[in-house]
Amino acid sequence: MTLHTPEFSQKIHGPDQPLLKVEGLTKRYGSRIGCADVSFDLYPGEVLGIVGESGSGKSTLLSCLAGHQRADLGRIAYDGRDVLAMSETDRRRLSRTDWAYVHQNPRDGLRMGVSAGGNVGERLMAVGARHYGQIRGKAVDWLGRVEIAADRVDDRPSAFSGGMQQRLQIARNLVTSPRLVFMDEPTGGLDVSVQARLLDLLRGLVRDLGLSVIIVTHDLAVVRLLAHRLMVMKSGRVVEQGLTDQVLDDPQHAYTQLLVSSVLQV
Amino acid sequence: MSDLGSQGDYTFAYLDEQTKRMIRRAILKGIAIPGYQVPFASREMPMPYGWGTGGVQVTAACLTPEDRLKVIDQGADDTTNAVSIRRFFQRTAGVAVTEATTEATVIQTRHRIPETPLREGQVLVYQVPIPEPLRFLEPRETETRKMHELEEYGLMHVKLYEDIARHGQIATSYAYPVKIEGRYVMDPSPIPKFDNPKLSGNPAIQLFGAGREQRIYALPPWTEAVSLDFEDHPFTASKAPHDCDLCGARDSYLDEVITDDAGRRMFVCSDTDFCAGRRAKGHTGRLGDPA
Repeated sequence: MTLHTPEFSQKIHGPDQPLLKVEGLTKRYGSRIGCADVSFDLYPGEVLGIVGESGSGKSTLLSCLAGHQRADLGRIAYDGRDVLAMSETDRRRLSRTDWAYVHQNPRDGLRMGVSAGGNVGERLMAVGARHYGQIRGKAVDWLGRVEIAADRVDDRPSAFSGGMQQRLQIARNLVTSPRLVFMDEPTGGLDVSVQARLLDLLRGLVRDLGLSVIIVTHDLAVVRLLAHRLMVMKSGRVVEQGLTDQVLDDPQHAYTQLLVSSVLQV
Repeated sequence: MSDLGSQGDYTFAYLDEQTKRMIRRAILKGIAIPGYQVPFASREMPMPYGWGTGGVQVTAACLTPEDRLKVIDQGADDTTNAVSIRRFFQRTAGVAVTEATTEATVIQTRHRIPETPLREGQVLVYQVPIPEPLRFLEPRETETRKMHELEEYGLMHVKLYEDIARHGQIATSYAYPVKIEGRYVMDPSPIPKFDNPKLSGNPAIQLFGAGREQRIYALPPWTEAVSLDFEDHPFTASKAPHDCDLCGARDSYLDEVITDDAGRRMFVCSDTDFCAGRRAKGHTGRLGDPA
């Protein structure tokens, strides 16, 4: 079990204030429910997985948390500040400094007409970096950290493979050292060997940088590898939550049992 | 409505009084918020989009019967666009016209700022094709408005970054973005970046009209306009490294003219009034005849 390593215990027991505190979050689409009454705390350095079938509201929940959609009810507090009451200027500043969002499709998160270096440098320039040499140096450094060769820094993402695009998107997001990263199916659409390398990379980055991550996926293997805690959603509601291995090895709710037993064993 | 100065079948300066009122309100708002793009209800003009319909509407709203109008196209008074717009206002407003920068009260321009320094009381009207400096980086209008609102101009530097990464220097040579009084980033219309320093601290009123895009923006006199750049790649106002072949001027913006098919060329001032004025004073260049 990877659960009780000392660093993990330190991460969940060390800081006593949650980084993100969510209470009663609800989003409706007309009379339909997107997600309803979701509450959880996320502590610094913690990785929370959200799993569930298509249409279970996990992506709605993530986009409400990241501020892409406005929740109808509930409270989100980030580092003690009420996110929903923030002005849009403050919220957008937060989302390009302290937060990061990794899209499922790297094309949504990258500027396809701009070189890899420009993509990584954009967030730096958005927060005021005005020295070309330093921006470029940092971009090359980050490309190295996500295993993209430095000589590709002036190539456009359209010349990259799917896995490289996804790694570039991660570099672009992490360059401003965010504290909270939202990931929407980061391994979707990649073949299994590329997935495995990406997961390896993510796990290393999360550990080295002490990131808090909320990761949405329908791939139980991904959460098993990355997530400390797990939330299972069905029809917009959280049906079960707990430590990842506990939930996966001893599922209590009927839907979780179904989900776990549906995984094909090779 | 008053028929002051009406010429035959036209109202003074072509547009009806209510339209001019609407445009003047947009201009006043633009002057009150330097660099901010004010939407206005652009009218159909008797010329195609891209020929200066925005500038013509702004000029029409600014003209009074006492004005003296100068129209330039790429610095020249005698090109098709300049001649036809000048004749348009001669016919519809009956105003006096001139080619001399110093004598004009209203100057409509396409792609240049005159070399002769402007003075207080003059109005410089620019024709603008695409008023949104962020357009080629962010195609969504809703998003670019939000970016202006929240002063999110990092993207503008991404474009300059790409220039340096690809060409080794900032290759943007016209329509070079400027930041106005530390607030709005503005497209100065496709003037060469050589002219950018003249935007800043200019004693004349500078008005920008984009007809197809339905936007007016403005710089009141003595407004600060800073060209964006990087600390290690500072802005430079570049021009061809030559002197004018007709008047010998060293500090004016030059057009390159191919003179035969053996590769010979000459460089001449793009500002025809400036060049003619210098030759009249006896300056000559490599190929010029003394006037």
